[in-house]
Amino acid sequence: MITAQLMTSFIAAAGFGVIFNVPRRALIQCGTVGMAGWILYYMLSQNGMDVVPATIFGAILAGVLSQFCAKLFKMPVIVISVSGIIPLVPGGVAYDAMRHFVENDYYTAVQLSAKVMLLAGAIAIGLMFSEVANQLMKKISRKDAAS
Amino acid sequence: MDRELIANVSMMAGKIMLESGAETYRVEDTMNRIASAFGLEDVHSYATPTGINFSANFAEVTKFIRIQNRATDLQKIDEVNRVSRDITAGNLTIQEALESLRAVAKAKMTFPYLIQIIAAALVSGSFSFMFGGVWPDFLPALISGGVGYAVMLGAAKLIEVSFIAHFIASFFIGLFAMIFLAVGFGDNLDKVITGAVMPLVPGLHITNAVRDLLAGHLVAGVSKGVESILTAFAIGAGVAVVFAF
Repeated sequence: MITAQLMTSFIAAAGFGVIFNVPRRALIQCGTVGMAGWILYYMLSQNGMDVVPATIFGAILAGVLSQFCAKLFKMPVIVISVSGIIPLVPGGVAYDAMRHFVENDYYTAVQLSAKVMLLAGAIAIGLMFSEVANQLMKKISRKDAAS
Repeated sequence: MDRELIANVSMMAGKIMLESGAETYRVEDTMNRIASAFGLEDVHSYATPTGINFSANFAEVTKFIRIQNRATDLQKIDEVNRVSRDITAGNLTIQEALESLRAVAKAKMTFPYLIQIIAAALVSGSFSFMFGGVWPDFLPALISGGVGYAVMLGAAKLIEVSFIAHFIASFFIGLFAMIFLAVGFGDNLDKVITGAVMPLVPGLHITNAVRDLLAGHLVAGVSKGVESILTAFAIGAGVAVVFAF
């Protein structure tokens, strides 16, 4: 089961890389980062964690790995992080919410929309954490070099 | 050095990046770096998803440009980033920078349509499985997702309004999924459709919007948010039309 999840999330992230037209040399990295973030989220949520904190952790992992790859391969972080976080993005829930709105089921629709906002916020927070961690690392290492 | 020319180079870099879907703070940062590297002082740039303002030397050079088309093309962002790195490292003269930015703007670097459609199909199938579907859902989601993306590309060529293109594409996704399930191909209609619409859904824009809001780019955040809500609405409506029959 977990191997199937690994495979499909790699394909999904790399496939989105093609749709977003990432440079060809970055496709493998995109897939790997997406896979890592998704697997962490999947394991956490399967073991009983709520989806919002699980998404935060998944996004942090994907963000940190993207920062790392971006530095290693000298490209903007967004190139890798965009397809890396795609498996976590609440696209399916957003669509579900809108479908319920259109079908006049406002009760479910509003609930799902709130969930979309929470999940999107969780991803944004996770990415920000990784950015902040990166900046802190930079500052600390610069201080080390200066002293 | 010619201030107008520096401002033009800077604006051009910003325009390409915004049209390719870069975050507004990255656009502003790149423009400021390029302008400072060529010696402009007191540079201010203000980017929103629909336009950029730029000024230098207390508004002595002030420019505005409007952004009409927005897509996601990360390779162009990467290319502009490389040009901007070369400029700040002092490796490019202003003429060379202008030339290479022009080349990036003109270049058509996207993957061929066929490969994009195959990728979208694989994405659809994979997502239907990841979101708790079973293997019998994989193929129907793969086919309807591929067809949906192909229809979207075709419709986007004919119709300028992306809302309509998304609506038509998701209508076809709903139609194909319904037909597949009706002939007993696939297991769970919801999972098939959710997987198949994933290549169209503006999940990335939703996340970017929240990110912009958290970073204090309120105008950019709100406008991106509204754009993505509109797209999600078009997709939901397109599928719901099929359900209504």
